[in-house]
Amino acid sequence: MRITQISIFLENRQGRLYDVCSLLGSNDVNIRALTIAETESFGVLRIVVDKSDAAIRLLRENQFVANFTDVIAIEVPDKPGGLASVLKVFAENDVNIEYMYGFVEKFSDKALLVMRFEDTDFAQQILAKHNVHVVAEKDIQGL
Amino acid sequence: MIWKQDVECASRADLQALQSAHLKKLIPYIYSNCPVYKRKLDAAGVSPDKIKSIDDIKRLPITTKEDMRDNYPYGLFSCPQNRINEIHVSSGTTGNPTLVGYTKDDLKLWGDVMARVLCCAGAEPGDTIQIAYGYGLFTGGLGFHYGALEMGLRILPTSSGQTARQLKVMQDFKPRIIACTPSYVLYMAEEAKDLGIDPTKGNWKIGIFGAEPWSESMRREIESIWNMLATDVYGLSEIIGPGVAQECTHKDGLHIFSDVFYPEVVNPKTGEQVAEGEDGELMITTLTKQGIPLIRYGTRDVVSIRYDTCRCGRTSPRISKIKGRTDDMIVVRGINVFPSQIEHVLIGIEGTQPYYQIIVDRQAHRLDEVEVLVEVEQKFFSDEIRHLHEIRDKIKREIENVLSIGVKVTLVEPKTIKRSEGKATRIVDRRTL
Repeated sequence: MRITQISIFLENRQGRLYDVCSLLGSNDVNIRALTIAETESFGVLRIVVDKSDAAIRLLRENQFVANFTDVIAIEVPDKPGGLASVLKVFAENDVNIEYMYGFVEKFSDKALLVMRFEDTDFAQQILAKHNVHVVAEKDIQGL
Repeated sequence: MIWKQDVECASRADLQALQSAHLKKLIPYIYSNCPVYKRKLDAAGVSPDKIKSIDDIKRLPITTKEDMRDNYPYGLFSCPQNRINEIHVSSGTTGNPTLVGYTKDDLKLWGDVMARVLCCAGAEPGDTIQIAYGYGLFTGGLGFHYGALEMGLRILPTSSGQTARQLKVMQDFKPRIIACTPSYVLYMAEEAKDLGIDPTKGNWKIGIFGAEPWSESMRREIESIWNMLATDVYGLSEIIGPGVAQECTHKDGLHIFSDVFYPEVVNPKTGEQVAEGEDGELMITTLTKQGIPLIRYGTRDVVSIRYDTCRCGRTSPRISKIKGRTDDMIVVRGINVFPSQIEHVLIGIEGTQPYYQIIVDRQAHRLDEVEVLVEVEQKFFSDEIRHLHEIRDKIKREIENVLSIGVKVTLVEPKTIKRSEGKATRIVDRRTL
């Protein structure tokens, strides 16, 4: 089961991250998870929000370049070796992770991670086969 | 010394007689050898046998850069290709480069006018010249080479680049003359200091600088850093390359060799000649060229012209330094850059034309730098940095391929490039000239 991430192009300029967050905040969009990939001149902000359709419309209306990206949210035991146990499945099955980051909050005693795979379909098959718990979009919205 | 005393110091009447004689031969030659020009002359209602004096030049049609492009490669040639001895190219506005061809006599003419250039700058027989303009399809290196050969100077053909070696050549062979772009000689001063060489004690005493615009303040800087005389050379490949005009040691305007390159300064909108001393577009007729003679070619360079006799004794008219352009071409490190070339690349990569801006900057004592800002579009945006870098690098590679100079490409957010009246400002030139 996939969830929707919004990716936003940001120049490395003062106040740009604030601009995005205040735009979403003032329109009642809640950010559930977030990470920034940065280079010397620009960055890509990746967020998971509770209302992704509304959010991307807002962003584009305000001249941001923003796209949807399919990612998978995975529950990982919140204890030493928890993440390793999941990564082991990927390593042994040739599943490549492009990037990953954690959720701001959790809704069980497990940690929640967003993962972007090179081949999302393949990753999903492997996850299902190995009974790794994947979180659904509606669960995120209900957080 | 004055290389061609008889023409360079001729009375105005004698000069006009010579120009008239050349023009009277030139027009029938072009008319019978170049179908494109035949059509142009016919359309303008000009009968070649009616052209009797240089004053009749005003009746002739003008030639533009578009004519060069539209008739690429050989349309404007007035002689068969088997008489062409050498080809040079410079960048065109889009797609096709500007191509010029020289017959053996044209190369002799080039050597002659370049010898005049060297003498104007103060070269004497027995001098050594270091030629640090690029050799190759660019006219700079070989143009100087032919002039120095004609004059019998000792030539150090270092071409451009490899700065440490340039400086070693200077120290080892002690050339009194250096020819290169003005920004490169300033760059070399910085490199010299880094290598522990004191530029004020350098061997170069005469500099002949051109192929890019430069100012009086840059001249003062070069002269004090290197303790040399810095002179300005003017030319363009369509006419001959370097060798159209050159400052003498009085540095009071560039002597244009009007017995072979007839200048007119016109209002670019009306084509009317402007008064002496007024700014206008420089138009040149090549009076004696054979390969690709041009009639009233619009250089798009804005200058003023004066006709009084110079203190050096030369009577040739003098043009000012280039004051601007009538189009949006910029010159960077001797290379002509047109925004349309960059548009071409971007359309080729993305299928659409994103907004872009070219920023040219010159840090103190550094070479000109070109940065191209490209607004990221929804369709080529990716959440992965790797993909964005791939696109950026591809744009960079293709622009560099077209322009033959290194550029920096920066991806920026949409609508960050300033629009004026809906159109983006294509070029920001921050060079302090």
